[in-house]
Amino acid sequence: MSAGRVLGLVLIVLLCLVVGLSAGAVPLPLHAVWTGLWHPDAEASAIVRELRAPRVMLAFLVGGSLGICGAALQAMIRNPLAEPYLLGLSSGAGLGAVIAIATRAGGAWAVPVAAFIGALAAVGLVYRLSLVSGRRLDPHVLLLSGVVVGAFAGALMSAVMVLSDAPGVRNAFLWLLGGFGAASWRALAVFSVYACVPVALLLFHARSLDLIALGDEPAHHLGAEVDRLRRLVYVCTALLTAASVASCGIIGFVGLVVPHAVRTMFRPLHRSLLPIVFLVGGCFLVLADVVSRTVVRPLELPVGVVTALIGVPVFALLLRRTLA
Amino acid sequence: MILEARSVAVRYRPQAPLALDGVSCQVAGSELVAVVGPNGGGKTTLVRALLGLLPLESGSVLVQGQPVSTWSRASLARVVGVVGQQEEAAFRLTVAEMVMLGRYAHLGPLTAPGSVDRAAVSSALHRCDIVELADRPVDSLSGGEWKRVRVARALAQEPRALVLDEPTASLDIRHEMELFELIRELVDSGLAGLVITHHLNLAGRFADRILLLDRGVVVADGVPAAVMNRDTLSRVFDWPVAVTSSPDGSPQVIPLRAGEQQLDRNREDECQPKPSKDDCQESFS
Repeated sequence: MSAGRVLGLVLIVLLCLVVGLSAGAVPLPLHAVWTGLWHPDAEASAIVRELRAPRVMLAFLVGGSLGICGAALQAMIRNPLAEPYLLGLSSGAGLGAVIAIATRAGGAWAVPVAAFIGALAAVGLVYRLSLVSGRRLDPHVLLLSGVVVGAFAGALMSAVMVLSDAPGVRNAFLWLLGGFGAASWRALAVFSVYACVPVALLLFHARSLDLIALGDEPAHHLGAEVDRLRRLVYVCTALLTAASVASCGIIGFVGLVVPHAVRTMFRPLHRSLLPIVFLVGGCFLVLADVVSRTVVRPLELPVGVVTALIGVPVFALLLRRTLA
Repeated sequence: MILEARSVAVRYRPQAPLALDGVSCQVAGSELVAVVGPNGGGKTTLVRALLGLLPLESGSVLVQGQPVSTWSRASLARVVGVVGQQEEAAFRLTVAEMVMLGRYAHLGPLTAPGSVDRAAVSSALHRCDIVELADRPVDSLSGGEWKRVRVARALAQEPRALVLDEPTASLDIRHEMELFELIRELVDSGLAGLVITHHLNLAGRFADRILLLDRGVVVADGVPAAVMNRDTLSRVFDWPVAVTSSPDGSPQVIPLRAGEQQLDRNREDECQPKPSKDDCQESFS
C-alpha cells in the first residue's frame, strides 16, 4: 500500500476520533475538545475525559475487533456473508453474558468469560449443524445454522430474564439494548485485555488466511496447517466477539460491512487487509455511535440499530451478488 | 526417490471397502508418472495419501526418504507442488498475487516478500507463459489460463516434485496439449512429475511410466507400451478398446463401438505388435 494511502487512512481515523469527541448531547467546539483533553481544570474536561474519550476509544476498538472477526470468518468459510452476528457467535456470547449479568456472577471481568463460553458453544453448535449436510462446510448451510443458533440463544436469553429477579432483569435488559453509554476507562481496560491477544494472533496469521480463503486442499498444498488455523480462527473470533458483546451488547453487521467496503478499495491480501479493516471498522463504529447519540437528541438510539440500518441493505446486496 | 508409496492401504470409514489396497508407486526426479484408471479406481486417493492428507491403514509413504507424517505442511510445500482438480478463488486477487501465494512456505508470518520471492514468481510466470496476465484479476481468466496460473503458483514453491490431479479436465485440444508440453518440459528440467489423468492417449504420449489403478489395486505399472495393452485396458475399463499408435510411435487407445469388436479382432494381426503407422490410422479412420 502506498504511503499516501496510509497517511490518508490515519487522517481519517483522527478525524473520526475528533468527531466522536465533539459530537453528543452537548456539542463541543474543537478548541473545547482540545483544552478539555489536556487541561483537567477546563470546563469541558469532565465530559471529554471521563465520558467521551473512553466511549470513543471503546467504540473504536470494538469496531476494529468486529471488523477483523468478520474478515477472518469470511476467509475461513470463503464467503463474504460471514460475520459474528450472522453466524450466531454474538447471540451465543449474549446468552452467556445475560446469564452472568442476571445472576450477578463475578463482575466486570467475569461477563466476558461467560460470553466467551457462550460464543464458543454457539460456534461449536453452528459447526455441528452445518456438518449434517455432508462433511463439507457449505457457506449457505453454515449461515442458516448461524441464524438457527442465534434464534435458539435469543429464546434462552428471554427465558433467563423471565426467570431471574427484578434487578437482574433490569441490568440484563439495559445491557441487552447495547451501546456505549456505560463506557468507562475500566470498561476500556477490560475490553483491551481480552481483545489484544486474539487481534494480535489474527494479524500474525494474516498470510495463512490468504491460503485458507483458497479452500482447504490448496491451503494444505501451499503449506498451511489448516486444522490448527481453523481452530485458531474459531477461538480468536469467539473471544473477540465475547469481549465486544460483554462491553457493549450485541452489535451486528460491522464485520459484514467493513471488510466488504475495504475489499472493494484495497487489495484483498490479508496482511494489509486486516490492519485496514481494523482502522476502518473502528471509524465505522465511532461514527455509528455518534449518529446513535445525536440523531434523536437528547435520547440515544442503541448503536446496534444504526449498524443494522446500514448493514441489512449491504447484506441484501452481497446476497444478491453471491447467489447470482 | 522423491515420492514413494509402499504397500499403502487406505480406508475412508471403518466398515467401508479398502480405497487403496497394497498400492506401491515411486516417482523420481526427471520422471513423469501418469496414474490412470476408471472412475473410483483410487487415483485421487493415492495422491492424497502421498501428500499425507489421509491416515494409512497400513504401508508407508515416504517423501525424499522420510515418512510423510514427519513433514510439516510448510516443509512439504517446499518439496512438492500440487495442482488440484478444482479450485475457485473466493476473493479477487491478481495473477501475480495468486502466484506469490506459492511463496507462503518460504516466508515467515511477518516477512514481506523479498527479491528472491519476486524472482521465483517472475520465473514461474515466464515458464508458464503468463507474464502478460500478471495484473489480471483471476476471476477474469479462461479455464486454460487459470490452470496455467495454478501450475505457476506450484512452480513458485520451487518444489522438487509436481503433482497434478486431472490437469486437463475441461480444456480444449490446444490447451491440453500446451499444458502437457509444459509439464513434460518441467519434468525434463529435473522435476519429478505425477499426473492423474483420464486421457490415456496423453498419458501414452507424454509419460515415462503409467500406473493403472482399478478398485484400489495396481493392475499394471510400467512403460506406456507395456501397460496400454488391449486386453488389460478392455478388462479394467469394462469396455472394448483397440490399441494403435500415434505418429511418434506411442500407444494410443480407441474405444470401440458396438459391432466394431469383430472388426478389431480381424485386424489384430495387422496392427499389433508393431503396426505400420499409416495402415493402422487408415484402418480406424
